[in-house]
Amino acid sequence: MIRTALLVFKKDLRIEMRSRVLLWQVLPFGVMALLLCGIALGPSHAGNSSAGPGLFYLVTLLVALLMINRSQSVEKTPGTKASVATLGLDPAGVFLGKSLALATELWVTGIILLGGSVVILHTSLHGAILALPSVVVTLAALAVAGTLYGALTSGGDGAATLLPVLALPAFAPLLIAGERSFSAALNHGGIWRWWLILSVALSVYTAIGILLYGVLEES
Amino acid sequence: MKQLSQRLFGPLTLIAMGATLALGLWVVPPDQVQGELGRLVYIHPSVAWVALYVSFGTSAIASALYLWKRTRSEVMDRVAYCAMEVSVVFIALTLITGSIWGRPAWGVWWVWDARLTSSAILGVLALGYLALRRANDDVQLRARRSAVFAVLVAINVPIIHFSVQWWKTLHQGATVFTSNRTLLIHGSQAWTLLISFIAFTMLFFWLLRYRYRLEVQRENLAGASLEEALASRRREGTQ
Amino acid sequence: MTNAVTPTVDLHNAVVLSGGFPLLSGVDLQLLPSSLTVITGANGAGKTSLLRLLAGLVPLSGGSGTVAGVDLANGDLRELRRRVGWLGHEGSFYDDLTVRENLTFAAKALERPLIEIERALQRVGLSNRIDTVTKKLSAGQRRRLGLSWLLIRRPEIWLLDEPYASLDDEARTFFDALIADVLRSGATVVISAHDKLKSEALQPRTIVLGGGRIVSES
Repeated sequence: MIRTALLVFKKDLRIEMRSRVLLWQVLPFGVMALLLCGIALGPSHAGNSSAGPGLFYLVTLLVALLMINRSQSVEKTPGTKASVATLGLDPAGVFLGKSLALATELWVTGIILLGGSVVILHTSLHGAILALPSVVVTLAALAVAGTLYGALTSGGDGAATLLPVLALPAFAPLLIAGERSFSAALNHGGIWRWWLILSVALSVYTAIGILLYGVLEES
Repeated sequence: MKQLSQRLFGPLTLIAMGATLALGLWVVPPDQVQGELGRLVYIHPSVAWVALYVSFGTSAIASALYLWKRTRSEVMDRVAYCAMEVSVVFIALTLITGSIWGRPAWGVWWVWDARLTSSAILGVLALGYLALRRANDDVQLRARRSAVFAVLVAINVPIIHFSVQWWKTLHQGATVFTSNRTLLIHGSQAWTLLISFIAFTMLFFWLLRYRYRLEVQRENLAGASLEEALASRRREGTQ
Repeated sequence: MTNAVTPTVDLHNAVVLSGGFPLLSGVDLQLLPSSLTVITGANGAGKTSLLRLLAGLVPLSGGSGTVAGVDLANGDLRELRRRVGWLGHEGSFYDDLTVRENLTFAAKALERPLIEIERALQRVGLSNRIDTVTKKLSAGQRRRLGLSWLLIRRPEIWLLDEPYASLDDEARTFFDALIADVLRSGATVVISAHDKLKSEALQPRTIVLGGGRIVSES
């Protein structure tokens, strides 16, 4: 399982580094979305740092949806799917590898968007740095959950539109926990409850993925 | 014996629902604080109980049984699907009755209260399950993916519940018991509430039974179409 | 006393459905080791569907069958996929990886020595494209990439979906020689094609599909 996970992780990152979809498509989308958030708040509230954490995570969720789709679409071209299927890879390993690759991409994106929220939405830099550990864990949980939901919807009718319908409600608690822990970091508040939510979500999704990804792949 | 109990279940459900409505709307005195509005306590909590625990639970258990090879069968897939469909109806009723109750109490149709918000999120998840069913024509593929998703939904219920609860709550506190298990309501109110829980639970299983029957008939019809499709396909080869 | 040879493929009234439509409507087929079978038929006859069934890429919806000892109805299809070699007409592996990277990924997945990659690429004439990104290969070159992988894997069943499409005469001769070698090693080879095989080197059994079932054979 671990060997397969590392193989798939390196393969996914290599594909991303060569295709540069993250650099040329996803990041510009994320930055534009942050700008739109400022515009939506209106000129007198655009620099409202108290909205910063929530808006950062909202944009990150939308970015994550794009990246989850991308992560799955790489596997689903007809020739790729058939030839990789004959390798008989351990599905739990595939799940872990793809989740880790997606998490790595989300961490890179998240750090850039965090910088964006400091600059564009006037979120406190000190608070953003303090929030970094919770951002890392929230994005890891998003990646693991996203890999599962991506596999659930790939290949079906309207896969790209079905993914948000299934995944966004499930991401809501992660959004809440992420935003609350980010705000707590800004305001020196208590964060144990949010870390509990994030840890439970990350553990549960990882366990479910290891157990059931094979069932989805068999589909 | 089985047929008799099946035949009696419908009329018994009707009696239980009738008793709930009669007791709740006329017999039991109005609430001391909320007046006539308080009569919604005999509908809203029961409907929410069925939506969030009974129907989701039924769908999740049937889905888990489908995923386990030993108990995998079309019956489990059908039960999971039908239970989730009925669940959507009950979640909608939960939100509607909650809004009707909330409007006079809070002044607005919607507030960002923990339970309402959780219910809305779970409602979208249930709709997502139905959307997932429609996205795949292949029977086995559809059954597997739906089962995995239903298990994920079930796991999400406590995660969503606690995250939203800790985020914010405006909702009425415990309706029936305090945190140290002291009964809050008494006498006829308590009995009527108990009857309403039983009645709506029976209503769920009654609806589930008929929805299941409809699904079996739909599949039988599809099976008949399959024979025609096979015959037509074979004829292509001889032309 | 003779020992009966166990068929590599044994299908009985095999049905494959897609969205309620029968792609295969009842196929009876037995294939032996070291045999070459060509499946022909018009577009939509079910050629690719039959190959995909044998590869474990689509589930059996009706009837029964075993392929490489794996029961199609109740067996482990992942195990079946590891035993068969598949060459589709859509290309293989990842478009954004080079030939070397794709084969290294596949070789590591199945724990094959990496030295076999260069040998296989030499055999199919792709050595000079080893560091070319797969999406930049021509259709014929992509097919050769898929073939090189089969040479590394040496599966007991080779399933080749329209392998002769867009091959020139030289490439076809090379391909015939390769198939002859594979047959000598004991593998079962199944090829789908629009027309009968015009090959002097190979003497295949030809099966014609129509309406999702076998309508004639020679």
